[in-house]
Amino acid sequence: MAMMTIAEALRQAIREEMQRDERVFCIGEDIGIPGGFGGAFTVTLGLSDEFGHERILDTPISEAAIAGIALGAAIAGMRPIADVQYADFLFNMMDQLVNEAAKMRYMSGGTLSVPMVMRAPVGATARGAQHAQSVEAFFTHVPGLKVVCPATAYDAKGLLKSAVRDENPVLVFEHKLLYGSKGPRTEKGSISPVGEVPEDDYTVPIGKGVVRRKGKDVTIVANLLMLYRSLAAAEELSRKGVEAEVIDPRSLVPLDEDLILESVKKTGRLLIVEEDNLSGGWGAEVAARMADSGFFWLDAPIKRVAAPDVPPPFSPLLEREYVPSETKIVETVLSML
Amino acid sequence: MDKDMTSGSNTLGADRLLAMYQMMRLIRRFEETANELYMQGRIPSTLHLYIGQEAVAAGVSAVLRKEDYVVSTHRPHGHALAKGVTARAIMAELFGKATGACKGKGGSMHVGDMRMGMLPAIAIVGGNVPIAAGLALAAKMQRKDVVAVCYFGDGAANEGAWHEALNCAAIWDLPVVFVCENNLYAASTPFKQAYKVENIARRADAYGMPGVVVDGNDVLAVYTAAHEAVQRARRGEGPTLMECLTYRLCGHSRSDPRTYRTKEEEKSWKQKDPIPRFRQYLLTNCAVSDEELRAVDESVEEEIQEAIRFAENSPLPKPDDLYTDVFKE
Ligand SMILES: Cc1ncc(C[n+]2csc(CCOP(=O)(O)OP(=O)(O)O)c2C)c(N)n1
Ligand SMILES: [Mg+2]
Repeated sequence: MAMMTIAEALRQAIREEMQRDERVFCIGEDIGIPGGFGGAFTVTLGLSDEFGHERILDTPISEAAIAGIALGAAIAGMRPIADVQYADFLFNMMDQLVNEAAKMRYMSGGTLSVPMVMRAPVGATARGAQHAQSVEAFFTHVPGLKVVCPATAYDAKGLLKSAVRDENPVLVFEHKLLYGSKGPRTEKGSISPVGEVPEDDYTVPIGKGVVRRKGKDVTIVANLLMLYRSLAAAEELSRKGVEAEVIDPRSLVPLDEDLILESVKKTGRLLIVEEDNLSGGWGAEVAARMADSGFFWLDAPIKRVAAPDVPPPFSPLLEREYVPSETKIVETVLSML
Repeated sequence: MDKDMTSGSNTLGADRLLAMYQMMRLIRRFEETANELYMQGRIPSTLHLYIGQEAVAAGVSAVLRKEDYVVSTHRPHGHALAKGVTARAIMAELFGKATGACKGKGGSMHVGDMRMGMLPAIAIVGGNVPIAAGLALAAKMQRKDVVAVCYFGDGAANEGAWHEALNCAAIWDLPVVFVCENNLYAASTPFKQAYKVENIARRADAYGMPGVVVDGNDVLAVYTAAHEAVQRARRGEGPTLMECLTYRLCGHSRSDPRTYRTKEEEKSWKQKDPIPRFRQYLLTNCAVSDEELRAVDESVEEEIQEAIRFAENSPLPKPDDLYTDVFKE
């Protein structure tokens, strides 16, 4: 067992999958250039030395081509892992992902499969409006796409491996402040959780959430950076005599609805915390489902803490106001009791 | 001898020439029949017919093997037939039947069958171009002797994805042939209004690949150019942009009165209809008899009638089929 950052765990997953299966390759911008960064957040650093430039394939700045070429290669029997430099650039790929990749199996009457992975960093990190968005909800809306969001090193390796082995398009959202990228690619304000990662081949199943903290008074569902803010908030609440149960959904599609419902049955209260804008975020879907299946167990209205409905700002002061804080989570929970 | 038709023909025996004729006839009669069925309300939706452009699909596919890939557009019936998807599977798909090429989940604009190397067609203009490059990339990585053909119209070459994909295919020497069917209109928009350059093939220069302009109503000219492009791709020398000049002898889709073009223009292109033209060529130059050609016409007619019978007698999908084939388990 080694202690690793998320960036290292992702790199380990890619390395092992590429060793295990020669169909696996990486495609993206600045991922394998000699003397380069190994992707914007160092995840593929050094892999082109190990695997060569054919399997760590650097592309021009051509996002539609990256997504469409990954899709074509997947249909033809390869297992591409596409590196999306910033999740915001998924919008340049939207046609290929939503109109093409997500629908290919269905349109073909079930004869084709599309085993492709898109890795995309989300999260506001003082870069302004176009390198900051948490865009999970755009994809949770589309039938035919799976969506995962690993928040620990263990899950990063295990979920990425599951994504590579899945027969369908999987979007893997990673958070810039959780990578633990080093050297010149270090992110200011990073949490960089370091965790134990087994050396052996293990996977984390897509569609299974996990309880990160047990509690009886309120259920908090939070992903990526918001998971850590929620865990910190839970400690603060505990000092005030409130025990929050914190759930990391890990997958948004498919969603582990049972896990959340079981917790809600116990606590009677549900708060969802996400970094996406409030309106139409994935949290709205969780709220709707729990309002439906958990109605008779709920003792208070379901609440959401999310970024307000404004673009991500640049000024660090404004950004602190934008990204949901520990204080906001604590206050919201207290208002629900 | 008709000068336009001599190229490449000497490499083809009479049986292969007849097969090309048969394919063009099959596509023409399939499309005419589909149109009638549509007008009678027997098939739903809309149709983008391939009438007038048959020489392109027939000429290109005559060069391809079963394992080669074809990626098509909103106008895919001809490409599918030429790649070996059966008339009955396509017809049943148009009827929305469970026996269709895509089990009734694709429809006219997504006809395809991967078992014949033809992807479900992509109805997003230009959206199919990166996918073709991806198929070619896989073939190259897998060291397979396989080529991808990407059909698209004059409208598609003004989409951003088109440019990204051609550039990537060029820098990586991918085994792909980009076949532009320039039929002079993107829906109602005339070519001249959408292009400052004389020919789309000129854009090949910008990406560092050969670009050729071909008489798209001359099946043998198409065959010859496709042969060269496909051989080049098979040799690992990279992509080619082939621009086939052609004309759709029908509306863009359903209920198109075609008032954006003149009757004179239509008449002049009708003179260049690729099918009578090739028929005449076969009679004059290839010692093919009128009886032989009529026998081909009759067998095509039978195939079409059989396809309709098959489609009409096939079961509809079950309501529960709505929920399957979203994910592979
Ligand atoms: C991205 C996109 N924009 C617009 C359309 C609507 N549309 C369908 S076909 C077509 C014209 C396409 O022209 P062209 O590429 O020349 O092909 P042709 O119809 O002539 O075969 C248009 C605008 C579409 N399907 N996709
Ligand atoms: Mg056109």
